[in-house]
Amino acid sequence: MNLHEYQAKEIFREFAIPTPEGVLISSREQLPAVVEQFAASGCVIKAQVHAGGRGKAGGVILAHNEREIEAAVEQLLGQRLKTRQTGEPGLPINFLLAEPLAAIAHEFYIGMLVDRQQRRVAVIASAAGGMSIEEVAAETPEQLHTETVHPVVGLQPFQARNLGFKIGLSGQQLRPFTALLLNLYRLFMDCDASLVEINPLVTTQAGELLALDAKINLDDNALYRHKALQTLRDPSQEDAREVEAQAWNLNYISLDGDIGCMVNGAGLAMATMDLIKLEGGRPANFLDVGGGTTPERVAAAFKLILSDTQVKAVLVNIFGGIVRCDLIAEGIIRAIQEVHVEVPVVVRLEGTRAEEGRALLADSGLAIEPAEGLADAARRVVRAAQEERV
Amino acid sequence: MSVLVNRDTRVICQGFTGQQGSFHSEQAIAYGTQMVGGVTPGKGGQTHLGLPVFNTVAEAVQATQASATMIYVPAAFAADAILEAEAAGIEVIVCITEGIPVLDMLRVRAVLEHSAAVLIGPNCPGIITPGECKIGIMPGQIHRPGKVGIVSRSGTLTYEAVHQTTETGLGQSTCIGIGGDPIQGLDFVACLELFEADAQTEAVILVGEIGGSAEEQAAEYIRESVSKPVVAYIAGVTAPPGKRMGHAGAIISGGTGTAEHKYAALEAAGVHTVRSPADMGRRLQEVLHG
Repeated sequence: MNLHEYQAKEIFREFAIPTPEGVLISSREQLPAVVEQFAASGCVIKAQVHAGGRGKAGGVILAHNEREIEAAVEQLLGQRLKTRQTGEPGLPINFLLAEPLAAIAHEFYIGMLVDRQQRRVAVIASAAGGMSIEEVAAETPEQLHTETVHPVVGLQPFQARNLGFKIGLSGQQLRPFTALLLNLYRLFMDCDASLVEINPLVTTQAGELLALDAKINLDDNALYRHKALQTLRDPSQEDAREVEAQAWNLNYISLDGDIGCMVNGAGLAMATMDLIKLEGGRPANFLDVGGGTTPERVAAAFKLILSDTQVKAVLVNIFGGIVRCDLIAEGIIRAIQEVHVEVPVVVRLEGTRAEEGRALLADSGLAIEPAEGLADAARRVVRAAQEERV
Repeated sequence: MSVLVNRDTRVICQGFTGQQGSFHSEQAIAYGTQMVGGVTPGKGGQTHLGLPVFNTVAEAVQATQASATMIYVPAAFAADAILEAEAAGIEVIVCITEGIPVLDMLRVRAVLEHSAAVLIGPNCPGIITPGECKIGIMPGQIHRPGKVGIVSRSGTLTYEAVHQTTETGLGQSTCIGIGGDPIQGLDFVACLELFEADAQTEAVILVGEIGGSAEEQAAEYIRESVSKPVVAYIAGVTAPPGKRMGHAGAIISGGTGTAEHKYAALEAAGVHTVRSPADMGRRLQEVLHG
């Protein structure tokens, strides 16, 4: 789960990580108060969306007087922001964060994430702050400095000092920097984060450290033990169909093709998408119906797939392990009758009681095209989608 | 031979009396797995499925000489269950449970680094030596004893590989589902090492997916240390970056973890790759029989 910058900064403050004193704007009625606070000194107004690359996309505006503040709020609030990470049509901007301008001396990058290969939390620091960290990693990897943390003892002050020296902090700044990193690590562990970033962390001309930006991603698997963090979810930033899928405990990801897929198992679901592509088609979605495939969930999955009006044909690919294929077939038949499926449906059933399942589908009188094996299923659904397009 | 588990492996189930634990223990017993008991804290002394229930893994090990466990406890308690099994001296710990917090697994891995225990999973179908021992949720009947070692990050894709090697008559020595989480126990390299050393295994099918760098590490290891032929398929060529494809570990982030990169690494190591998951069995047949 992703958090907004303003939410992340609230958490930062709980962990004594210095951030600018900002104001959250959710309505134009707040304009007079914002103007009064910032018109003289100027401010930065930042669109709150779940995506990086906001600056380049025009979602971060410097406003130096009343007119510019009003114009920035007018331009952003209630609009959508399209960045390199969002695709079309972008994400809705329901909140703006207004913050005082900082007198920046230097910009740094700080990141914490789980390093899968090392099986450790990695702490990354760089003197190349304020830029896309992917670009820094690709072009000047020597500017990235990493410390890995032993999970039993946690981040140690010497590791924080190592990073501080490497990014060129002065002796005076090391003590607050070390405190900041240790606090950030505590935040990472206490919140079950999967990623925490400060880009940029700045030193001000007065010599103080300040987190100008804040990003926190949380581990979905650990949300059950963080009741307060659960309330920070913002469904407006997520794909509507993906939100609906969560309610049914279905793993669904929207894609931009026209062949709907319903598969059991994440790996097989990905493989099915790949096969469709290999046969010249384009998958409309990833959908893993999981193990406990009841008729209700199959029906919900069909509804989801067909709510995407691009879909011209559907492929159901089930390898029944513990799940019996005849029960799956019954679910498919009921779903097709209830949902009034009007596009061609290709079904491949394999595994436990597959014969019986196929017989049920054949006797149902519904226009279901049976497939023999994986490759045949993909070929059939690609052909069916082509015919529908004509 | 075979790897890690066989007809002599004595197995207990943690979360034995729960719905999942009961169902899959019954299936394992029906398959011929030597189930010797189970653990549910607070239900010690009872009998379930004709087997003794213990309060702790330590008691179960003492009473039954179990050397393997299968874990079906809910995600919130799974890390604890793994650590309890390790502390009790269990050698092969199979954790089926899905959705364990990643930071829990970091701590578990830190303990296992100094342990003789082997962890399979979590979030995996388990391990099976066909005809001898099934520990996990895979359908037993699709397997046949044979000569192919299968290692996979995905459950149902493992079944595809099994199905295809059964159809072609090659059969399987042992199949290991290492799971779809970012932090896991046994990885590809450890499994390849086991298969390379196993006399029954003549070839290996490796089923990978997007995310992380386990396949690249496997490629490196295969180039240096594996003499047996390896066929590999990687799922997720069409997966978009930044989207988690079901498995917590299956995500392309910051340009790393793509299927193309993994294919390139495996091909450079002499692995026989297939672009279609339907071709795994056929390709292996060609490699073994020309």
